[in-house]
Amino acid sequence: MSLRFQRLILILTTLVMLGAALLLILFNTKQNIVFFYTPSELIENKITSGVKVRIGGYVKKSSIKKKSINSYEFKITDNKNEILIFYNGILPDLFREGQGTVIEGSIIDQDTVNASKVYAKHDENYMPASIKKELEKNNQWKKEYK
Amino acid sequence: MFNFLINPYKFNKFVDIIFKPLVILTLLVLIAGLFLVYFSPLDYQQGLTVKIMYIHVPSAWLALLTYAIMTIYSIIGLAFKIPFSFIINKAIAPIGAVFTILCLFSGSMWGKPMWGTWWVWDARLTSVAILFIVYLLIIFLNHAFENREVREKTIAIFILIGSINLPIIKFSVDWWNTLHQPASISKLASPSIDISMLQPLLVMTVAFSLVGLIIAILRIKAEILMRKNYL
Repeated sequence: MSLRFQRLILILTTLVMLGAALLLILFNTKQNIVFFYTPSELIENKITSGVKVRIGGYVKKSSIKKKSINSYEFKITDNKNEILIFYNGILPDLFREGQGTVIEGSIIDQDTVNASKVYAKHDENYMPASIKKELEKNNQWKKEYK
Repeated sequence: MFNFLINPYKFNKFVDIIFKPLVILTLLVLIAGLFLVYFSPLDYQQGLTVKIMYIHVPSAWLALLTYAIMTIYSIIGLAFKIPFSFIINKAIAPIGAVFTILCLFSGSMWGKPMWGTWWVWDARLTSVAILFIVYLLIIFLNHAFENREVREKTIAIFILIGSINLPIIKFSVDWWNTLHQPASISKLASPSIDISMLQPLLVMTVAFSLVGLIIAILRIKAEILMRKNYL
């Protein structure tokens, strides 16, 4: 085997090994890398109160209650478990029922969280507004489009 | 046939032939892209804000593509001792850095109205920020060593180590929970983006790539000239 191909193989194996090592580290520290927990993960992990967490899921249908100006109460669900959120502040434009959301706040008890920040998560679907109207007219609009 | 990719003299010859048509083509595609973006429909959820996508996605694509090219050239440069690879590494690193900062900046502008925040430390955003730092380090390394051979080898090895970041950027949105949404185009199923918005996006991506290519050609030619004069 010529020297240059030996070098090529050396480089490629080094890269693969380095990549594998890094991936092992990343996947074993998954808890620190995920941006948010789902409601089920939060309940499973039994995180004690007062800890800062981020929770992501969908805003439960007809769970948003406006208590006063800029004071809200709503539920985040992953279709298995749900968590009650209290929030004081301005909600992002995309925030509404059924929309994906991520909140950051401190745990009050097992399934209640006091949010200090609310982010709206938007999905990877893009569609012209005019098509939405067309689809709705023809009853083709599917729920998962939101 | 593809010798111009590894031989500076053939590269110069080839590029001199295609440069003028390339500039004209780039202008045409760029103007067409901007028109398409201007007349592209508003999104059903995001409204006008979706147009940031036509800057954001091409910049992100070029930031990754530039690094991928540098990685390939580093491998063949180190393994087959082709000096032209190091010329290319030096010439295109700043281009990648500029597209990365464009991607971060436009993403930030997009995130504020849609997510409700300029920046979060989720896996996708953090890994792209790391890519930008890696680009900066490569540019700094280019000014670091007196000895050219040591410098070029060090940079190539550094590029290879940094290339591990590329799959992490690409798959971060699938592997971990992130605020950033998953990819729309490269899904194996049909893309989840309507054709009337996909068209301007693809044309803009081609336009950005061509602009990047023109800057790259100019920078590589300048670098070849510099080495001719100083060696």
